[in-house]
Amino acid sequence: MYGETLAGAIGTGIASDWLVLFLPVEFASRVQFGWTISVHILFAALSIGLAPFIIYFTWKDIKTEEERYARLRSFWLKVFAVGFVMGTVTGIPMSFQFGTNFPQFSAVAGELIGGPLAFEAKMAFFLEAVFLGVLLFGREKVSDRTYFLSSVLTGFGAWLSGFWILVVNAWMQTPQGYEMITRNGMEVAKLTDPIAAFFTPRMSWMYVHMINAAVISVALLVAGVAAYIVWKKRDARAWQTALKIAVLILIVAAPLQAVHGDAYGRHVEDTQPQKFAAMEGHYETGPADLHLFAIPTDPDAIMNPSEENLFAISLPRVGSFLASGGDFDAVVKGLDEYEQNPPVPLVFWSFRLMVGLGFLFIGLAFWGGYLIYRDRLADSSRYLKAMIAASPLGYAALLTGWYVTEIGRQPWVIQDVLKTGEAVSPTLTSAEATASLAAFIVIFGGLLLAALYTLRWLVEAELRDLGVEESSGDRWYGPVPELPGVTSDD
Amino acid sequence: MIEPLVIPVDSYLHSSLPEIWFAVVMFALAMYIVLDGFDFGIGMLYATRDDDHERETLLAAFGPIWDANEVWLIAFGTMTLAAFPDVYSRLLADNYLIALGFVLALLFRGVGPELREQRADDQWQRACDYSFVGGSVLAPFLFGVLAGSWVFSVGALSLPAILTGVGLVAVSAVTGAAFLAAKTGPALAGEMRDLGVLATLAYLGGVVVLLAVVIATDAGGAAGTILSIPGVAIVGLSVVAGVGGIVLARRDRYRAWLASALALPVLLSLLVALLLYPTIYPATGLTVSDAVVSPLALNLTTILGFPVLVVVLWYFKFLYGVFSGPIESEGYGA
Repeated sequence: MYGETLAGAIGTGIASDWLVLFLPVEFASRVQFGWTISVHILFAALSIGLAPFIIYFTWKDIKTEEERYARLRSFWLKVFAVGFVMGTVTGIPMSFQFGTNFPQFSAVAGELIGGPLAFEAKMAFFLEAVFLGVLLFGREKVSDRTYFLSSVLTGFGAWLSGFWILVVNAWMQTPQGYEMITRNGMEVAKLTDPIAAFFTPRMSWMYVHMINAAVISVALLVAGVAAYIVWKKRDARAWQTALKIAVLILIVAAPLQAVHGDAYGRHVEDTQPQKFAAMEGHYETGPADLHLFAIPTDPDAIMNPSEENLFAISLPRVGSFLASGGDFDAVVKGLDEYEQNPPVPLVFWSFRLMVGLGFLFIGLAFWGGYLIYRDRLADSSRYLKAMIAASPLGYAALLTGWYVTEIGRQPWVIQDVLKTGEAVSPTLTSAEATASLAAFIVIFGGLLLAALYTLRWLVEAELRDLGVEESSGDRWYGPVPELPGVTSDD
Repeated sequence: MIEPLVIPVDSYLHSSLPEIWFAVVMFALAMYIVLDGFDFGIGMLYATRDDDHERETLLAAFGPIWDANEVWLIAFGTMTLAAFPDVYSRLLADNYLIALGFVLALLFRGVGPELREQRADDQWQRACDYSFVGGSVLAPFLFGVLAGSWVFSVGALSLPAILTGVGLVAVSAVTGAAFLAAKTGPALAGEMRDLGVLATLAYLGGVVVLLAVVIATDAGGAAGTILSIPGVAIVGLSVVAGVGGIVLARRDRYRAWLASALALPVLLSLLVALLLYPTIYPATGLTVSDAVVSPLALNLTTILGFPVLVVVLWYFKFLYGVFSGPIESEGYGA
């Protein structure tokens, strides 16, 4: 995962004959946490993004009693349920790793992060878990009103949990509202101003960007599933409706993400110049160009995205202009200012992939909007195929966006307060860290596959229910997932 | 700073607020052991059923409630982190493989039933059953080992810690059996009663052995506490609840049996709290007042968190109210 770090980390390990078997503790811990959260965030985003769909379908189902809404509610509720269970069982190991792998992080930041995490559990998780139980098993036991309210509360819980966890993450990016004190012989952060600590400069940026990213990812997933079913059965009215709703959501959400993301980028430049320099591949302090578009011209560019290895369309000195607010010659801090830098290629390429995908989504949204306007949405086989192919891409953008945020903050776990290397458990051995990493890779990978298969079976069952004959020559499952880390489709 | 809100910055809202939070954290631990305990019990008893109809009934009992029950673990963990961050970090870092093994066992327990219903394929369902049963046995065992290692501070690979793990498995089987006996029809209830009686005997036997080992070796200096008046009282009450439960079960008074069975994990949590206090991490001698966060942080968590905790208890009353009916294979009855 951290190509550059791997070489560096392995060089500074313990006796080299052990390294054949066991990875350095810090490296193994970081990969394990990165992998855990990469899987977890797919399910967390599924809950957040699916919430408005569930609420809408439930409301329409109760109001209109039309078969199509009952069908959509029941299908997506099953997906939501599987996603929620997977989110719970992958989220608990994540929070445990704050203690098992990064205990110094918990000890140093406990006062700041413990409160929001506890609020997340008490305000959001209980709400979601309890009312999802009612939503899944209580249709016949409670009134329509209570049932609808349960869907709203479940969705609200999902969005609220996103709020509290981002309070924690935003504080790690732009920490404030604390002072360092000594407790039990250790330098720790003491909460001095809760409002400042909860509503850090990053918080609102992150919340809008993340919730919208989840909505876009799920809208693409819904659109992809709907397009596949409509492609198989043109007159599936429920799924025509689902496709249309998903496209309408994309028409609003995708451009919003681009406009908001642009402003967010400038905020990152102000508050985390090192991360921004890594995003832009700005190696040397001096005037900065703005790279609009970059493709590698040399294989080296993958590991070393500096200008001589790239074909880039750049606006000369516009980087300086934007950073300084009007001066084309302004000096922008480069990576050479810092002792230790994040793995630049990962951050640089993740950022470009995310932005590129974002523009693709805008294109798909407007294309769909045009087809809706012409009333041909379900008839354009080309559009249906494009949406099927795009169904996992929202998640790809969401993950790469998180890689920019989290890997870009390295070497810090709390910006300018605590380095990731200092947060790692001093008692952890290479053998333990490697063993648990292997277990997490296998188990979480298996879990992801199980989730993908479940979605496939649900779609197959839906097709059978719609009366689509399964003939062996006609079987097609959309893009076959190859990398479990980034796909969630068909 | 937030003057308008009356949150004291330099002193705790109440001078015993750290102790109150110790009690709150222990309460969350008890809620977890009690509620997820009978989920674990259902998972273990599931292994004793061959009949498809009976298995479906057990899964129907488990379905709507387990996830909400499991959230008490998150509540316990995050409240420990919020109030006593050093305890959270030490406990998990010092028991690395046990802690991560436990959460992975929970993962298998949780996804097994969820994935099972997705495919009507024998081999698939058998794999999911293994996941469910294996996770349901391993999770309470490892959680018990973790708790034993915490309380007795003699390491995870020690007799007291392992016996605590065995005890938690047994007590989960007891509450699971009592829950199922109280909620299912007479045919299944009879078998649950017999298994529950066995599990109760195993639990009481396990507790006796554990206490004997702890008193003999004075693990973590716990012998004195166990032999103190509150210690003896808790152990005595456990024996009364266990034996009383057997008597009630034999008379087919399942609801009363369930009540006395649920007293066992509550008493066990009380024993944990008694053995810990006034320290909260005995291995390093860290006391509640050493480990607690600063006044402002704790006051804030109190003011924002306590009302929510009350609401959460109401949710549970609502949830168990909705699913209060007898359990059939199709789900909870009216």
